[in-house]
Amino acid sequence: MTLEDKCNKMTDIMAAFIGHTTVRLPDDVISRLNELRAAEDDPAALSIYDMMFENIRLASELGRPSCQDTGLAQFRIDCGSSFPLLAQLEEILTAAVKKATEETPLRPNAVETFDEINTGTNTGTGAPSISWNIVPSWDGCAITTYLAGGGCSLPGHAAVLMPGEGYEGVVRFVLDRIAEYGPNACPPLLVGVGIANSVDTAAQLSKKALFRPVGSHNPNEKASAMESMLEDGINKMGIGPQGLGGKASVLGVNIENAVRHTATLGVGVSLSCWTHRRGKIVFSKDLGFNTDTHAGFTYGQ
Amino acid sequence: MTETINGKTIISTPFTDSDLNALHAGDVIFINGDIVTGRDDVHIRAVRENIDLPADLRGKALMHAGPIVRRSSDGGYEMISIGPTTSMRMEKFEYDFIEKTGVRLIIGKGCMGSRTAEACRKFGAVHCVLPAGNAVVGAACIEEINGLDWQDLGMAEALWSLRVKCLGPLIVSIDTSGRNLFEEKKKEYNARKEEQIEEISKKLETIL
Repeated sequence: MTLEDKCNKMTDIMAAFIGHTTVRLPDDVISRLNELRAAEDDPAALSIYDMMFENIRLASELGRPSCQDTGLAQFRIDCGSSFPLLAQLEEILTAAVKKATEETPLRPNAVETFDEINTGTNTGTGAPSISWNIVPSWDGCAITTYLAGGGCSLPGHAAVLMPGEGYEGVVRFVLDRIAEYGPNACPPLLVGVGIANSVDTAAQLSKKALFRPVGSHNPNEKASAMESMLEDGINKMGIGPQGLGGKASVLGVNIENAVRHTATLGVGVSLSCWTHRRGKIVFSKDLGFNTDTHAGFTYGQ
Repeated sequence: MTETINGKTIISTPFTDSDLNALHAGDVIFINGDIVTGRDDVHIRAVRENIDLPADLRGKALMHAGPIVRRSSDGGYEMISIGPTTSMRMEKFEYDFIEKTGVRLIIGKGCMGSRTAEACRKFGAVHCVLPAGNAVVGAACIEEINGLDWQDLGMAEALWSLRVKCLGPLIVSIDTSGRNLFEEKKKEYNARKEEQIEEISKKLETIL
């Protein structure tokens, strides 16, 4: 296969995968939603869960985007240093977003700032957004996809606290944001929290946290315990599906952390709605692939 | 006109004073008839730029929504996915929008603020929430796309005139007395938030 053929093949697979993730939620999210519905006893909340599951079924049956806001594409790439298409990946993902916009179809959401013109393709300056991690001595490539909707991107927030505010300050920062903006952001939410040095590192980690599976835990035992405490506490706020009350407010809380400066405590919060359109696809060097988020996805295999 | 069919309250356009005044925050309804989509840019154009809407909203519903629509083979349009968007973004304009257009039923997502509640009380309007993220179920309620205005705003921001059948469940979040369900709920959430901050902080002390 020529380099061009390989690029076209990977573009086609990625366009199909992006389309598939708008139609079908990842398996971990569906499984958590099932658990939350089973634990709910409020009749109004139950009727909202019923509508959600009817929508999941119908979207899959008709092959249509489950939510009209198909978001802006964000990718996290963990690329092996010897993956043959490393240098072409950005071009491939941009082409895949354009193709998925046309074929799925996705709603055109990308507006160039200052010019205030919708590009019509969901691509443009800095879009799709890509964060890179190069994995030494590997020839494969893992791509995590996320379609960030407007409604759940609105509550995103980051700040640098003074160390004296401590982890209690972090808890207040997160819960304040959720009480004020959570009910509008399509709960039950996935909450991503970043704890680090500055606004940019904390904000980036809060988004990275949303790329982790629902139910996964931070490898640091204390951070993991804090994830469970926040999850339990936010659920006890009783926000419920659509913010109208119910047992669960969140799908989960994921914390990602890094060092802080001795004089700072950076914290960031990113939220995802219940229709959390995340996918992960792992390519081998010859473009064979597998996905652990969407067991049903196939493309020419 | 308001009917009860199989236990469901169904209200059809054109909405009357008695249809709307009978609704209370927390009620669940479904609607039949004519709705028009309008979100950020429609509100900016109508209120800030003071341009008259090309569609008459009197007696109809406004839906805060930006659908996915595809050209169909017969040259018309096919509704693919439609659901409500965050209503709070329109808070800045909604009082004036209601006054200007005479719209009396608004469908959206999440809470709206005190100015909209004031407009609902003054002009006899209601705001309802359609559970969001359910855009394929939403599209199944659209019988016909019968108008497209301000197409220059793009697919999501344009005014789409739609005929709907049994769109819902819609939960009344602000009623014509100005009662605001979300404001009440948010007070509860905030009270529990303070308890939980204290609770979590105590637990954290044991591990940090």
